[in-house]
Amino acid sequence: MKQIVVISGKGGTGKTILTACFAVLADRKVLVDCDVDAADLHLLLHPVNREHHEFKSSQVAEIQPARCSRCGLCIDLCRFDAIESDFVVDPISCEGCGLCSRICPVDAVSMKDRVSGEWFVSDTRYGPFVHARLGIAEANSGKLVTLIRQTAKEIAVRDNLDYVIIDGPPGIGCPVMASLADTDLALVVTEPTVAGIHDLSRIIDVTHRFQTSAGVVINKFDLNLSKSGEIERLCGSSGVDIMGKIPFSAQVPRSLVKGVPFVELFRDPVAAEITSVWKKAAAAAGPQE
Amino acid sequence: MRVEDGERGMIISVASGKGGTGKTTVAVGLALSLNDVQFLDCDVEEPNAHLFLHPRITETSPAFIPIPDIVEAQCDYCGKCQEVCAFNSIAVLKNPETRKGSVLVFDHLCHGCGACCILCPRGAVRERLKEIGIVQKGSARNLSFVHGRLNIGEVMSPPLIRQVKKAMTPGRTIIIDAPPGTTCPVIEAVKGSDFCILVTEPTPFGLNDLALAVDVLKTLRIPLGIVLNRSDIGDDSIAAYARENNIPLLMSIPFDREIAVAYSRGVPMVDVKKNYVPLFRNLFERIRKAT
Repeated sequence: MKQIVVISGKGGTGKTILTACFAVLADRKVLVDCDVDAADLHLLLHPVNREHHEFKSSQVAEIQPARCSRCGLCIDLCRFDAIESDFVVDPISCEGCGLCSRICPVDAVSMKDRVSGEWFVSDTRYGPFVHARLGIAEANSGKLVTLIRQTAKEIAVRDNLDYVIIDGPPGIGCPVMASLADTDLALVVTEPTVAGIHDLSRIIDVTHRFQTSAGVVINKFDLNLSKSGEIERLCGSSGVDIMGKIPFSAQVPRSLVKGVPFVELFRDPVAAEITSVWKKAAAAAGPQE
Repeated sequence: MRVEDGERGMIISVASGKGGTGKTTVAVGLALSLNDVQFLDCDVEEPNAHLFLHPRITETSPAFIPIPDIVEAQCDYCGKCQEVCAFNSIAVLKNPETRKGSVLVFDHLCHGCGACCILCPRGAVRERLKEIGIVQKGSARNLSFVHGRLNIGEVMSPPLIRQVKKAMTPGRTIIIDAPPGTTCPVIEAVKGSDFCILVTEPTPFGLNDLALAVDVLKTLRIPLGIVLNRSDIGDDSIAAYARENNIPLLMSIPFDREIAVAYSRGVPMVDVKKNYVPLFRNLFERIRKAT
């Protein structure tokens, strides 16, 4: 079983559109949406939820006003400025460290479990799909990513599937690293813009640090051919393969509006290039054991 | 932070939920259309505004977070620090026979709450500062500029965003370019804003992520409005959503290859489409009246 993650550094370069196409093109796979704070893959895969779980990963402090002596020690020691001057905890700022509950001299602070989100195991036309929704203004996205990836891996082992295909989040921080850890290939989707190139070079550094082999797809490569050339040179000098160059197409937003993976709706040069990218990515992830 | 009316500065953040909808384009376009603005790029994982503004950087300072530093000579491996750490970032190993042991600290899991240090019975946990990134200040054209850059391999962007925001000058118009998403880094970036502009695009992805971002801002009680970018590429669901939820649609920017190509080269849209300057000024006036 091989795990392939689609990431980008910069947001909005086409990760989810490409992942949805892989859902159509790959055989024997489970899909995972690890962009848990702004998940979109379900809009193209139309899952029927089979399992629903609460995600409880942290706690939040609560002050009992009847017990509180208003000494102010918790306010002084809280590093997150989560306790307001009227001794009420701001649950958005509270990171659940529990220091206040441990140092309160009159035992007025208790820690409550918080539900930080929910996650689902679903069926789709393309195979099983594990996805999640982090609660509004909640943290711990890295832990939720790790949890749903673990679930997907278990499904792959149980059903003897060949691929875990992961739609990753943008950026280079906590949920990205959780999406990238222990994968066989990171497919980085970029665009020929100064911002795309800047973010690409940072995310390639992250993949090197994780010793994950990486491949690059230049989306809308014909919007700026000289910037596309720059990307090819950058990849050449970083030892990263270019796995495809997808032309700009006004049809792509139309496939989104219809809610259908692009390669299912159109048979054009864009679809052909995406198909070729999948073949190269599958080969680069290595043979099935 | 607030100054008396009349001279009061305003903090406007630009956020989006979905990445790549045009936050930086709008934030830079708005900033360049106004006078005397302080621009803060709070997308510290992937800061991009400098690629369009080309600021002259005059000050670079490191940003730190506190992490535990075990003084082995004073430690008796009692395990208190491991017990109180809610983030599993400390492991204490003890050999019961020799009464020797070791303490492992996993920097990347540490939130810097200080519990281990404050609660260690033997004063054996100190804190040391670990660099997570840099904050740079400078100026570009008619505005002053601040951004943060998270070091590769670091995961804790909120403390760096807090450092960037410490550079805010009260009383000025401040424009914050926020990161994408709806979780901690976004909240840290938009917290304390007088108004937030949400940039989206007219597709089901744009709508889905817009609705999530609206929920975040409502939870934070920050007034908001929408800028619809590439307004003619998809459907009309965003306009309908804005109407139904009584959210002002502040501006629409139709797809324009000239803007896309300028963007790809690092040229702000207002440099190639001067007609947007008065539109951004109007947008600013509408926001000022609304807050």
